Amino acid sequence: MKIGVLASQGAFIEHINILSQLGVKALPVRLPHQLDGLDALVIPGGESTSISLLLQDNNLASEIQGLAQNGLPIMGTCAGMIVLANGISASPITSLGLMEISVRRNAFGRQRESFETQLSIPVLGENPFPGVFIRAPVIEDSNSNVEILCRLSDGSGVAARQRKLLASSFHPELTNDRRFHQYFLDIVAGKQ
Amino acid sequence: METGTWKVKTGLAQMLKGGVIMDVVTAEHAKIAEEAGACAVMALERVPADIRAAGGVARMADPTIIEGIMKAVSIPVMAKCRIGHFVEAQALQAMGIDYIDESEVLTPADESHHIWKHDFKVPFVCGCRDLGEALRRIGEGAAMIRTKGEAGTGNIVEAVRHMRAVMDSISRLANTPQDELMTQAKEMGAPFELVLEVHKTGKLPVVNFAAGGVATPADAALMMQLGADGVFVGSGIFKSNNPEARAKAIVKATTHYQDAEIIAEVSKNLGEAMPGLDIKQIKPEELLASRGW
Repeated sequence: MKIGVLASQGAFIEHINILSQLGVKALPVRLPHQLDGLDALVIPGGESTSISLLLQDNNLASEIQGLAQNGLPIMGTCAGMIVLANGISASPITSLGLMEISVRRNAFGRQRESFETQLSIPVLGENPFPGVFIRAPVIEDSNSNVEILCRLSDGSGVAARQRKLLASSFHPELTNDRRFHQYFLDIVAGKQ
Repeated sequence: METGTWKVKTGLAQMLKGGVIMDVVTAEHAKIAEEAGACAVMALERVPADIRAAGGVARMADPTIIEGIMKAVSIPVMAKCRIGHFVEAQALQAMGIDYIDESEVLTPADESHHIWKHDFKVPFVCGCRDLGEALRRIGEGAAMIRTKGEAGTGNIVEAVRHMRAVMDSISRLANTPQDELMTQAKEMGAPFELVLEVHKTGKLPVVNFAAGGVATPADAALMMQLGADGVFVGSGIFKSNNPEARAKAIVKATTHYQDAEIIAEVSKNLGEAMPGLDIKQIKPEELLASRGW
Protein backbone atom coordinates (compact mmCIF):
# COMPACT_ATOMS: atom_id res chain seq x y z
CA MET A 1 0.00 0.00 0.00
CA LYS A 2 1.33 3.45 -0.95
CA ILE A 3 -0.03 6.55 0.77
CA GLY A 4 0.83 10.15 -0.04
CA VAL A 5 1.01 12.82 2.63
CA LEU A 6 0.47 16.39 1.43
CA ALA A 7 3.71 18.17 2.31
CA SER A 8 2.99 21.79 1.37
CA GLN A 9 3.18 22.91 5.00
CA GLY A 10 2.46 21.52 8.47
CA ALA A 11 2.97 18.32 10.45
CA PHE A 12 3.45 15.93 7.51
CA ILE A 13 6.51 14.12 8.90
CA GLU A 14 4.47 12.97 11.90
CA HIS A 15 1.93 11.27 9.59
CA ILE A 16 4.68 9.74 7.45
CA ASN A 17 6.35 8.30 10.58
CA ILE A 18 3.14 6.74 11.89
CA LEU A 19 2.16 5.27 8.51
CA SER A 20 5.66 3.82 8.16
CA GLN A 21 5.37 2.23 11.61
CA LEU A 22 2.08 0.67 10.46
CA GLY A 23 3.93 -0.96 7.57
CA VAL A 24 2.76 1.37 4.81
CA LYS A 25 4.94 3.14 2.27
CA ALA A 26 4.33 6.85 2.93
CA LEU A 27 5.58 9.57 0.60
CA PRO A 28 5.48 13.38 0.71
CA VAL A 29 3.37 15.05 -2.00
CA ARG A 30 4.20 18.58 -3.14
CA LEU A 31 3.56 18.38 -6.91
CA PRO A 32 0.75 16.80 -8.97
CA HIS A 33 2.91 14.01 -10.49
CA GLN A 34 3.60 12.74 -6.96
CA LEU A 35 -0.08 11.74 -6.76
CA ASP A 36 0.44 9.03 -9.40
CA GLY A 37 -0.19 5.50 -8.20
CA LEU A 38 -1.27 6.40 -4.66
CA ASP A 39 -3.77 4.23 -2.78
CA ALA A 40 -4.72 7.09 -0.46
CA LEU A 41 -3.83 10.63 0.60
CA VAL A 42 -3.41 12.30 3.99
CA ILE A 43 -3.82 16.05 4.46
CA PRO A 44 -2.02 16.93 7.70
CA GLY A 45 -2.48 19.54 10.36
CA GLY A 46 -0.85 22.87 9.69
CA GLU A 47 -2.11 26.32 8.84
CA SER A 48 -5.20 25.89 6.65
CA THR A 49 -4.74 29.20 4.81
CA SER A 50 -1.14 28.30 3.86
CA ILE A 51 -2.09 24.77 2.82
CA SER A 52 -5.07 25.87 0.72
CA LEU A 53 -3.03 28.57 -1.05
CA LEU A 54 -0.25 26.11 -1.86
CA LEU A 55 -2.90 23.64 -3.14
CA GLN A 56 -4.02 26.20 -5.73
CA ASP A 57 -0.49 26.11 -7.17
CA ASN A 58 0.33 23.78 -10.05
CA ASN A 59 -3.29 22.45 -10.24
CA LEU A 60 -2.70 20.26 -7.19
CA ALA A 61 -6.22 21.02 -5.89
CA SER A 62 -8.04 20.04 -9.09
CA GLU A 63 -5.94 16.87 -9.44
CA ILE A 64 -6.86 15.82 -5.89
CA GLN A 65 -10.54 16.64 -6.51
CA GLY A 66 -10.52 14.46 -9.62
CA LEU A 67 -8.88 11.54 -7.81
CA ALA A 68 -11.32 11.83 -4.89
CA GLN A 69 -14.27 11.71 -7.29
CA ASN A 70 -12.81 8.45 -8.58
CA GLY A 71 -12.74 7.05 -5.05
CA LEU A 72 -9.29 7.94 -3.68
CA PRO A 73 -9.53 7.66 0.14
CA ILE A 74 -8.42 10.85 1.92
CA MET A 75 -7.83 11.54 5.62
CA GLY A 76 -7.61 15.11 6.90
CA THR A 77 -6.62 16.16 10.41
CA CYS A 78 -7.35 19.66 11.78
CA ALA A 79 -6.30 21.94 8.89
CA GLY A 80 -6.79 18.84 6.70
CA MET A 81 -10.42 18.66 7.81
CA ILE A 82 -10.91 22.35 6.95
CA VAL A 83 -9.40 21.77 3.51
CA LEU A 84 -11.76 18.80 2.92
CA ALA A 85 -14.94 20.64 4.00
CA ASN A 86 -17.42 22.11 1.55
CA GLY A 87 -18.40 24.87 3.98
CA ILE A 88 -16.16 27.05 6.13
CA SER A 89 -17.84 29.78 8.16
CA ALA A 90 -16.43 33.33 7.96
CA SER A 91 -13.25 32.42 6.15
CA PRO A 92 -11.61 33.35 2.84
CA ILE A 93 -10.18 29.84 2.35
CA THR A 94 -10.73 28.01 -0.93
CA SER A 95 -11.20 24.41 0.17
CA LEU A 96 -11.36 21.20 -1.83
CA GLY A 97 -15.07 20.94 -0.93
CA LEU A 98 -15.05 17.14 -0.93
CA MET A 99 -16.87 16.40 2.34
CA GLU A 100 -20.40 17.58 3.03
CA ILE A 101 -19.54 19.22 6.33
CA SER A 102 -19.52 22.84 7.47
CA VAL A 103 -16.67 23.70 9.79
CA ARG A 104 -15.77 26.64 11.96
CA ARG A 105 -12.06 27.47 12.20
CA ASN A 106 -10.44 28.23 15.58
CA ALA A 107 -13.74 27.19 17.13
CA PHE A 108 -12.41 27.06 20.71
CA GLY A 109 -10.48 30.34 20.46
CA ARG A 110 -6.78 31.09 20.29
CA GLN A 111 -3.74 29.03 21.36
CA ARG A 112 -4.44 29.81 25.04
CA GLU A 113 -7.62 27.71 24.64
CA SER A 114 -5.89 24.75 22.93
CA PHE A 115 -6.39 21.61 25.05
CA GLU A 116 -6.06 17.88 25.56
CA THR A 117 -8.96 15.62 26.49
CA GLN A 118 -9.97 11.95 26.37
CA LEU A 119 -12.43 11.15 23.57
CA SER A 120 -14.99 8.42 23.12
CA ILE A 121 -14.82 7.18 19.51
CA PRO A 122 -16.98 4.03 19.25
CA VAL A 123 -15.52 2.87 15.90
CA LEU A 124 -12.07 2.67 17.57
CA GLY A 125 -13.30 0.51 20.46
CA GLU A 126 -14.07 1.17 24.10
CA ASN A 127 -10.80 2.67 25.28
CA PRO A 128 -10.73 6.48 25.20
CA PHE A 129 -8.66 8.14 22.46
CA PRO A 130 -6.22 10.96 23.37
CA GLY A 131 -7.59 14.13 21.76
CA VAL A 132 -5.08 16.92 21.10
CA PHE A 133 -6.89 20.09 19.96
CA ILE A 134 -4.70 22.96 18.73
CA ARG A 135 -6.55 26.07 17.55
CA ALA A 136 -8.93 23.39 16.35
CA PRO A 137 -11.99 23.57 14.10
CA VAL A 138 -15.35 21.86 14.79
CA ILE A 139 -18.03 20.48 12.51
CA GLU A 140 -21.05 22.75 12.79
CA ASP A 141 -23.30 21.01 10.33
CA SER A 142 -23.23 17.96 8.08
CA ASN A 143 -25.23 16.20 5.38
CA SER A 144 -26.92 12.83 6.04
CA ASN A 145 -24.19 11.13 3.97
CA VAL A 146 -21.76 11.99 6.75
CA GLU A 147 -21.31 9.85 9.83
CA ILE A 148 -20.17 11.86 12.87
CA LEU A 149 -17.73 9.52 14.65
CA CYS A 150 -17.10 11.62 17.75
CA ARG A 151 -18.73 14.50 19.59
CA LEU A 152 -17.58 16.58 22.54
CA SER A 153 -19.91 16.86 25.55
CA ASP A 154 -21.39 20.08 24.08
CA GLY A 155 -22.45 18.13 20.99
CA SER A 156 -19.94 19.62 18.52
CA GLY A 157 -18.66 17.11 15.98
CA VAL A 158 -14.90 16.53 16.02
CA ALA A 159 -14.48 13.45 13.78
CA ALA A 160 -16.43 12.37 10.72
CA ARG A 161 -16.50 9.92 7.85
CA GLN A 162 -18.14 10.16 4.45
CA ARG A 163 -17.55 6.95 2.49
CA LYS A 164 -13.75 6.90 1.99
CA LEU A 165 -13.14 10.35 3.43
CA LEU A 166 -12.13 10.64 7.08
CA ALA A 167 -11.61 13.84 9.06
CA SER A 168 -10.77 14.91 12.60
CA SER A 169 -10.55 18.23 14.47
CA PHE A 170 -7.83 16.77 16.67
CA HIS A 171 -4.30 15.49 15.94
CA PRO A 172 -3.91 11.69 16.11
CA GLU A 173 -0.45 12.28 14.56
CA LEU A 174 0.72 13.92 17.81
CA THR A 175 -0.10 10.88 19.96
CA ASN A 176 1.22 7.33 20.34
CA ASP A 177 -2.23 5.85 19.75
CA ARG A 178 -2.29 4.36 16.24
CA ARG A 179 -6.01 3.38 16.12
CA PHE A 180 -7.24 6.37 14.12
CA HIS A 181 -4.59 5.80 11.41
CA GLN A 182 -5.30 2.05 11.47
CA TYR A 183 -9.02 2.79 11.01
CA PHE A 184 -8.13 4.85 7.92
CA LEU A 185 -5.93 2.03 6.57
CA ASP A 186 -8.90 -0.34 7.05
CA ILE A 187 -11.06 2.05 5.00
CA VAL A 188 -8.38 2.13 2.28
CA ALA A 189 -8.20 -1.68 2.28
CA GLY A 190 -12.02 -1.93 2.07
CA LYS A 191 -12.24 -3.64 5.48
CA GLN A 192 -14.34 -0.83 6.96
CA MET B 1 -9.99 19.14 29.45
CA GLU B 2 -6.52 20.54 30.08
CA THR B 3 -5.10 23.71 28.51
CA GLY B 4 -1.49 24.93 28.30
CA THR B 5 0.04 21.43 28.25
CA TRP B 6 3.53 20.79 26.87
CA LYS B 7 1.86 18.78 24.08
CA VAL B 8 -0.31 21.66 22.85
CA LYS B 9 2.56 24.15 23.24
CA THR B 10 5.05 22.11 21.20
CA GLY B 11 2.21 20.90 18.97
CA LEU B 12 1.41 24.37 17.64
CA ALA B 13 5.07 24.73 16.60
CA GLN B 14 4.78 21.37 14.81
CA MET B 15 1.80 22.75 12.87
CA LEU B 16 3.90 25.75 11.76
CA LYS B 17 6.61 23.56 10.20
CA GLY B 18 7.40 23.96 6.54
CA GLY B 19 5.99 27.46 6.78
CA VAL B 20 7.07 31.09 6.87
CA ILE B 21 6.44 33.41 9.83
CA MET B 22 6.51 37.05 8.77
CA ASP B 23 7.19 40.23 10.78
CA VAL B 24 4.38 42.76 10.36
CA VAL B 25 3.81 46.21 11.84
CA THR B 26 0.27 46.99 10.62
CA ALA B 27 -3.00 45.15 10.02
CA GLU B 28 -2.50 45.80 6.29
CA HIS B 29 0.92 44.07 6.37
CA ALA B 30 -0.63 41.18 8.27
CA LYS B 31 -3.26 40.70 5.56
CA ILE B 32 -0.59 40.75 2.84
CA ALA B 33 1.34 38.09 4.79
CA GLU B 34 -1.76 35.91 5.26
CA GLU B 35 -2.73 36.18 1.59
CA ALA B 36 0.82 35.23 0.59
CA GLY B 37 0.54 32.01 2.63
CA ALA B 38 2.39 32.90 5.86
CA CYS B 39 1.69 30.26 8.54
CA ALA B 40 1.84 32.94 11.26
CA VAL B 41 2.78 36.58 11.73
CA MET B 42 4.97 38.36 14.30
CA ALA B 43 3.26 41.57 15.42
CA LEU B 44 5.76 44.39 15.99
CA GLU B 45 5.91 48.14 16.34
CA ARG B 46 9.02 48.27 14.13
CA VAL B 47 10.80 45.63 12.04
CA PRO B 48 14.33 44.77 13.25
CA ALA B 49 16.06 46.88 10.57
CA ASP B 50 14.22 49.96 11.90
CA ILE B 51 14.89 48.98 15.54
CA ARG B 52 18.58 48.72 14.66
CA ALA B 53 18.50 52.12 12.93
CA ALA B 54 16.56 53.82 15.74
CA GLY B 55 18.80 52.62 18.59
CA GLY B 56 17.71 53.37 22.18
CA VAL B 57 15.62 50.91 24.19
CA ALA B 58 13.32 48.63 22.19
CA ARG B 59 10.35 47.30 24.17
CA MET B 60 7.21 45.17 23.69
CA ALA B 61 4.94 46.72 21.03
CA ASP B 62 1.94 48.86 21.93
CA PRO B 63 -0.98 46.43 22.62
CA THR B 64 -3.20 48.48 20.27
CA ILE B 65 -0.94 47.55 17.35
CA ILE B 66 -0.86 43.89 18.38
CA GLU B 67 -4.64 43.72 18.85
CA GLY B 68 -5.24 45.37 15.47
CA ILE B 69 -3.13 42.66 13.85
CA MET B 70 -4.87 39.89 15.83
CA LYS B 71 -8.24 41.14 14.56
CA ALA B 72 -7.05 41.43 10.96
CA VAL B 73 -5.98 37.81 10.37
CA SER B 74 -7.09 34.27 11.22
CA ILE B 75 -3.58 32.75 11.34
CA PRO B 76 -1.59 32.58 14.61
CA VAL B 77 -0.14 35.87 15.84
CA MET B 78 3.14 35.99 17.75
CA ALA B 79 4.65 38.96 19.59
CA LYS B 80 8.00 39.77 21.19
CA CYS B 81 8.84 40.56 24.79
CA ARG B 82 12.24 41.55 26.15
CA ILE B 83 14.58 38.85 27.46
CA GLY B 84 13.76 38.35 31.14
CA HIS B 85 10.74 40.71 31.09
CA PHE B 86 8.14 38.32 32.43
CA VAL B 87 5.60 41.10 32.96
CA GLU B 88 5.60 41.98 29.26
CA ALA B 89 5.06 38.25 28.69
CA GLN B 90 2.18 38.20 31.19
CA ALA B 91 0.58 41.12 29.33
CA LEU B 92 0.97 39.35 25.97
CA GLN B 93 -0.59 36.20 27.42
CA ALA B 94 -3.50 38.24 28.84
CA MET B 95 -4.12 39.63 25.34
CA GLY B 96 -4.38 36.09 23.98
CA ILE B 97 -1.30 36.17 21.76
CA ASP B 98 -0.63 32.71 20.28
CA TYR B 99 3.17 32.53 20.76
CA ILE B 100 5.60 34.75 22.69
CA ASP B 101 9.08 35.40 21.28
CA GLU B 102 11.47 36.20 24.15
CA SER B 103 13.68 38.09 21.76
CA GLU B 104 17.17 39.52 21.59
CA VAL B 105 15.85 41.98 18.97
CA LEU B 106 14.39 43.97 21.88
CA THR B 107 16.65 45.43 24.58
CA PRO B 108 17.12 42.83 27.36
CA ALA B 109 15.40 43.58 30.68
CA ASP B 110 17.59 41.10 32.55
CA GLU B 111 21.18 40.31 31.63
CA SER B 112 21.40 37.16 33.78
CA HIS B 113 18.03 35.43 33.67
CA HIS B 114 15.61 34.47 30.97
CA ILE B 115 11.90 34.05 31.71
CA TRP B 116 10.79 30.85 33.49
CA LYS B 117 8.50 29.91 30.63
CA HIS B 118 6.91 26.83 32.22
CA ASP B 119 4.74 29.22 34.27
CA PHE B 120 2.83 30.32 31.16
CA LYS B 121 -0.07 28.72 29.26
CA VAL B 122 0.99 30.45 26.07
CA PRO B 123 4.05 28.86 24.42
CA PHE B 124 7.40 30.61 23.90
CA VAL B 125 9.95 30.63 21.10
CA CYS B 126 13.54 31.66 21.89
CA GLY B 127 16.67 32.33 19.85
CA CYS B 128 19.90 30.35 20.02
CA ARG B 129 23.41 30.37 18.56
CA ASP B 130 24.31 26.80 19.44
CA LEU B 131 22.89 23.62 20.95
CA GLY B 132 23.77 24.51 24.54
CA GLU B 133 21.81 27.76 24.30
CA ALA B 134 18.88 25.96 22.65
CA LEU B 135 18.75 23.35 25.43
CA ARG B 136 18.99 26.00 28.17
CA ARG B 137 15.95 27.75 26.71
CA ILE B 138 14.04 24.47 26.33
CA GLY B 139 14.92 23.68 29.95
CA GLU B 140 13.26 26.97 30.93
CA GLY B 141 10.17 26.00 28.96
CA ALA B 142 10.65 27.24 25.39
CA ALA B 143 8.38 25.07 23.20
CA MET B 144 10.07 26.19 19.98
CA ILE B 145 13.59 27.32 19.08
CA ARG B 146 14.93 29.53 16.32
CA THR B 147 18.41 30.57 15.32
CA LYS B 148 19.28 34.11 16.35
CA GLY B 149 21.07 34.95 13.14
CA GLU B 150 21.64 38.71 13.06
CA ALA B 151 18.23 40.37 12.76
CA GLY B 152 17.68 43.39 10.55
CA THR B 153 20.79 42.89 8.43
CA GLY B 154 19.41 41.03 5.40
CA ASN B 155 22.60 38.96 5.76
CA ILE B 156 22.14 35.20 6.15
CA VAL B 157 25.68 34.45 7.35
CA GLU B 158 24.93 34.39 11.09
CA ALA B 159 21.78 32.26 10.73
CA VAL B 160 23.86 29.76 8.72
CA ARG B 161 26.56 29.77 11.41
CA HIS B 162 23.99 29.16 14.17
CA MET B 163 22.06 26.46 12.29
CA ARG B 164 25.26 24.59 11.41
CA ALA B 165 26.43 24.84 15.02
CA VAL B 166 23.17 23.34 16.30
CA MET B 167 23.00 20.56 13.70
CA ASP B 168 26.71 19.64 14.10
CA SER B 169 26.35 19.37 17.87
CA ILE B 170 23.24 17.21 17.53
CA SER B 171 24.99 14.72 15.29
CA ARG B 172 28.05 14.75 17.55
CA LEU B 173 25.93 14.11 20.67
CA ALA B 174 24.11 11.27 18.93
CA ASN B 175 27.49 9.58 18.47
CA THR B 176 28.97 10.41 21.89
CA PRO B 177 29.41 7.41 24.21
CA GLN B 178 27.08 7.55 27.20
CA ASP B 179 29.93 7.92 29.73
CA GLU B 180 31.00 11.19 28.07
CA LEU B 181 27.54 12.84 28.08
CA MET B 182 27.86 14.49 31.51
CA THR B 183 31.06 16.22 30.42
CA GLN B 184 29.33 17.32 27.23
CA ALA B 185 26.46 18.74 29.29
CA LYS B 186 28.97 20.61 31.48
CA GLU B 187 30.85 22.01 28.49
CA MET B 188 27.68 23.09 26.68
CA GLY B 189 26.10 24.45 29.84
CA ALA B 190 23.01 22.42 29.03
CA PRO B 191 20.61 20.46 31.26
CA PHE B 192 21.81 16.85 31.42
CA GLU B 193 18.33 15.33 30.84
CA LEU B 194 18.02 17.22 27.56
CA VAL B 195 21.55 16.26 26.48
CA LEU B 196 20.58 12.64 27.13
CA GLU B 197 17.38 13.06 25.11
CA VAL B 198 19.24 14.50 22.12
CA HIS B 199 21.77 11.67 22.40
CA LYS B 200 18.96 9.08 22.30
CA THR B 201 16.73 10.62 19.62
CA GLY B 202 19.32 12.37 17.43
CA LYS B 203 17.14 15.46 17.24
CA LEU B 204 15.99 18.50 19.19
CA PRO B 205 12.98 17.88 21.44
CA VAL B 206 11.17 20.88 19.89
CA VAL B 207 10.77 22.47 16.47
CA ASN B 208 13.68 24.64 15.26
CA PHE B 209 13.14 27.51 12.80
CA ALA B 210 15.70 29.70 11.05
CA ALA B 211 15.66 33.43 11.75
CA GLY B 212 17.82 36.53 11.46
CA GLY B 213 18.87 37.63 7.97
CA VAL B 214 16.54 35.82 5.56
CA ALA B 215 15.98 38.15 2.58
CA THR B 216 15.45 35.97 -0.51
CA PRO B 217 13.66 32.76 -1.53
CA ALA B 218 17.08 31.11 -1.87
CA ASP B 219 18.00 32.17 1.68
CA ALA B 220 14.86 30.45 2.97
CA ALA B 221 15.56 27.26 0.99
CA LEU B 222 19.21 27.31 2.15
CA MET B 223 18.12 27.30 5.78
CA MET B 224 15.62 24.50 5.11
CA GLN B 225 18.31 22.39 3.43
CA LEU B 226 20.58 23.00 6.43
CA GLY B 227 17.88 21.44 8.63
CA ALA B 228 15.50 24.24 9.66
CA ASP B 229 11.87 23.19 10.20
CA GLY B 230 10.62 26.53 8.87
CA VAL B 231 11.63 30.16 8.47
CA PHE B 232 11.07 33.53 10.14
CA VAL B 233 11.38 36.52 7.84
CA GLY B 234 11.75 39.81 9.67
CA SER B 235 12.69 42.90 7.73
CA GLY B 236 13.26 40.90 4.53
CA ILE B 237 9.72 41.24 3.20
CA PHE B 238 8.44 44.68 4.10
CA LYS B 239 11.84 46.35 3.61
CA SER B 240 11.98 45.05 0.02
CA ASN B 241 10.36 47.00 -2.80
CA ASN B 242 7.71 44.40 -3.69
CA PRO B 243 6.53 42.79 -0.44
CA GLU B 244 3.56 40.86 -1.95
CA ALA B 245 5.64 39.11 -4.61
CA ARG B 246 8.58 38.47 -2.28
CA ALA B 247 6.35 37.06 0.46
CA LYS B 248 4.70 34.61 -1.96
CA ALA B 249 8.07 33.62 -3.44
CA ILE B 250 9.59 32.91 -0.02
CA VAL B 251 6.56 30.77 0.94
CA LYS B 252 6.90 28.70 -2.25
CA ALA B 253 10.66 28.35 -1.86
CA THR B 254 10.17 27.08 1.70
CA THR B 255 7.71 24.37 0.59
CA HIS B 256 9.78 23.36 -2.45
CA TYR B 257 13.16 23.88 -0.77
CA GLN B 258 14.71 20.87 -2.49
CA ASP B 259 13.48 21.81 -5.97
CA ALA B 260 16.07 24.11 -7.60
CA GLU B 261 13.92 24.74 -10.67
CA ILE B 262 11.06 26.11 -8.59
CA ILE B 263 13.45 28.21 -6.50
CA ALA B 264 14.96 29.69 -9.68
CA GLU B 265 11.48 30.38 -11.08
CA VAL B 266 10.11 32.11 -7.98
CA SER B 267 13.27 34.21 -7.62
CA LYS B 268 12.60 36.03 -10.91
CA ASN B 269 11.56 39.70 -11.04
CA LEU B 270 11.13 40.28 -7.33
CA GLY B 271 12.66 43.75 -7.48
CA GLU B 272 15.24 44.93 -4.97
CA ALA B 273 15.77 42.91 -1.80
CA MET B 274 16.20 44.82 1.47
CA PRO B 275 19.53 46.65 1.78
CA GLY B 276 22.06 44.33 3.42
CA LEU B 277 24.63 44.93 6.15
CA ASP B 278 28.08 43.37 6.41
CA ILE B 279 28.28 41.87 9.91
CA LYS B 280 31.94 42.99 10.18
CA GLN B 281 30.84 46.63 9.84
CA ILE B 282 28.61 46.36 12.93
CA LYS B 283 30.21 47.33 16.24
CA PRO B 284 30.39 44.33 18.60
CA GLU B 285 28.18 46.08 21.19
CA GLU B 286 25.50 46.55 18.52
CA LEU B 287 25.23 42.86 17.64
CA LEU B 288 21.81 41.56 18.69
CA ALA B 289 22.79 37.87 18.75
CA SER B 290 25.09 38.33 21.77
CA ARG B 291 22.15 39.43 23.95
CA GLY B 292 21.00 36.61 26.25
CA TRP B 293 23.25 33.64 27.10
